[in-house]
Amino acid sequence: MTTHPAAPPRAAPVDSPTRRIIAQFMEDRVAVLGLILFICIAILALMAPWIAPQNPYDLSQLNIMDGALPPGEVSFGTDMTYMLGTDQQGRDMLSAILYGLRISLMVAGVSLLLAITVGTIVGVTAAYFGGRLDSFIMRVVDLQLSFPAILIALILLALLGRGVDKVILALVIVQWAYYARTVRSSAIVERRKDYVDAARCLALPHRRIMFRHLLPNCVPPLIVVATVQIAQAIALEATLSFLGVGVPITEPSLGLLIANGYDYLLSGRYWISLFPGIALVLTIIAINVVGDRLRDVLNPRLQK
Amino acid sequence: MIVYLVRRVGQSLLAVMAMAVLVFIGVYFIGNPVDVLINPEATQADILATTERLGLDKPLWQQFGIFLGNALQGDLGTSFVYGRPALDIILERLPATMELALVALFLSVAIGIPLGVWAGLRPESIAGRTIMGGSILGFSLPNFWQGMLLILVFAVLLGWLPAGGRGATTEVLGLQVSFLTWDGLSHLILPAVNLALFKMSLIIRLARANTREVCLQDYVKFARAKGLSPRRVVLVHILKNIMIPVVTIIGLELGSMVAFAIVTETVFAWPGMGKLLIDSINLLDRPVIVAYLMLTVLIIVGINLLVDVIYSLLDPRIRLSEMKG
Repeated sequence: MTTHPAAPPRAAPVDSPTRRIIAQFMEDRVAVLGLILFICIAILALMAPWIAPQNPYDLSQLNIMDGALPPGEVSFGTDMTYMLGTDQQGRDMLSAILYGLRISLMVAGVSLLLAITVGTIVGVTAAYFGGRLDSFIMRVVDLQLSFPAILIALILLALLGRGVDKVILALVIVQWAYYARTVRSSAIVERRKDYVDAARCLALPHRRIMFRHLLPNCVPPLIVVATVQIAQAIALEATLSFLGVGVPITEPSLGLLIANGYDYLLSGRYWISLFPGIALVLTIIAINVVGDRLRDVLNPRLQK
Repeated sequence: MIVYLVRRVGQSLLAVMAMAVLVFIGVYFIGNPVDVLINPEATQADILATTERLGLDKPLWQQFGIFLGNALQGDLGTSFVYGRPALDIILERLPATMELALVALFLSVAIGIPLGVWAGLRPESIAGRTIMGGSILGFSLPNFWQGMLLILVFAVLLGWLPAGGRGATTEVLGLQVSFLTWDGLSHLILPAVNLALFKMSLIIRLARANTREVCLQDYVKFARAKGLSPRRVVLVHILKNIMIPVVTIIGLELGSMVAFAIVTETVFAWPGMGKLLIDSINLLDRPVIVAYLMLTVLIIVGINLLVDVIYSLLDPRIRLSEMKG
């Protein structure tokens, strides 16, 4: 077997670590493509109300005569072309997907921010104070992580009922533990370093040391876990909505669109659930590709 | 060893207790427990009688004691829909889920490890890159959508395999199994592949990373220098050493497969307990939800315990460090 020598680093010497990381990231063409794709998807989702051909939830714009048209058909009433076909109620799938993307990304994004906040505070606190508090918090984290995320989320939603706010709550409860564990394990290493001792000798308040000194040094692994987790959050939300316990019918995410089209799949009207699925998968793949590259570039010790 | 075992079993019991408390709070505390536990079509007299029978007029800590006492005796309530004990209904569905999970686990190991080792031996080759690209795809495709694609391709377009249901079963040792008849097997293939793909991707990545690490070790270099055939080096020296982390993950993932089976069973209408859970959530059949949850928690905690104990038997370092900590 021949061994290939590692590719020599091509990045020009640059000064700041941030620029070095960006330069290294840019070396991987697939990752750059993933990043561009994700940015495009995010812009499309944000701009949905302005660029979608119709408002899919304004019933006055829907024409029942246009129900379940295959992609490329022209509407009976107006001369609008349905690029991706229509669903059983005559809703333009392209518009529905853009709006659905918006809800999917919003749910995942909000839950990500909340979960990072909770997880970071808990993780830094555990690492900084150590002792009994630390071992208690880590017991709780380990206990939670020993159960599959989907099971916990499903049970929470079965008890709470469906709704966008409830899905966000369930995602936060499922995800905070990953961040707590990641932050705690890097903070516990940082805590032993001299700059923390120096800060303590200055009698700075605990809060300031924890969040202004310790936390900034724990960010790289946090970014890697966050990219993995946001892809997971999007997939989990879609799964929950597909199972019928996620977002309500009035605010359909991609998962719910796929579920609505599922019954028509067997009768050959594939477009109602295939296209939302492709949008969902492209989003997740783009994030995963970026995350994979970030992991290599930031190179933390892999947690879990 | 005994100290370790006692400690570890204690931890597991604590985990089950914690989940029981959460389930109890979830079902009994959010909203009115009478609405939750009593059939909404019951008469006023029925409601009063049931309230008393369930002890819902007692203080909360006493209620929890009753809930726990009943649960320990295997009484997790009576299903509203089927009118039979919830636990019995779940247990009837358990074999179907376990068969699906075990077949999926077998598939993901039997395919995942060779592919992962192959990719690890030649990380820069086209095959290695393709395998890794495929595993990213396996990670990224949400389980339910991937299942729908399988149905679309193999059931709708090609018409090779049935789209759902379980098909004919044969009885082996009192359990109904699918894999012995062609009809049963043809129903089993798609759901099993669906459930296996995610874990397969995980095992591929794990096996690849470990193979790359092990290849650099001195004993592999020595085995090669000694003139052993490449086949023997891979099958004996490399494979043996990557199995330790792989086996751990396999054990732990069996529990999560039981949970992920919820999705697969819903997509393929597989009559297991995951499908039952979703049906019960839609029908608000809460005793069955509680019974499902408690049983699944027991299964997952039990598997984790078993894996840890086996692992500590194989590797004394873990046992010792646990005892200190």
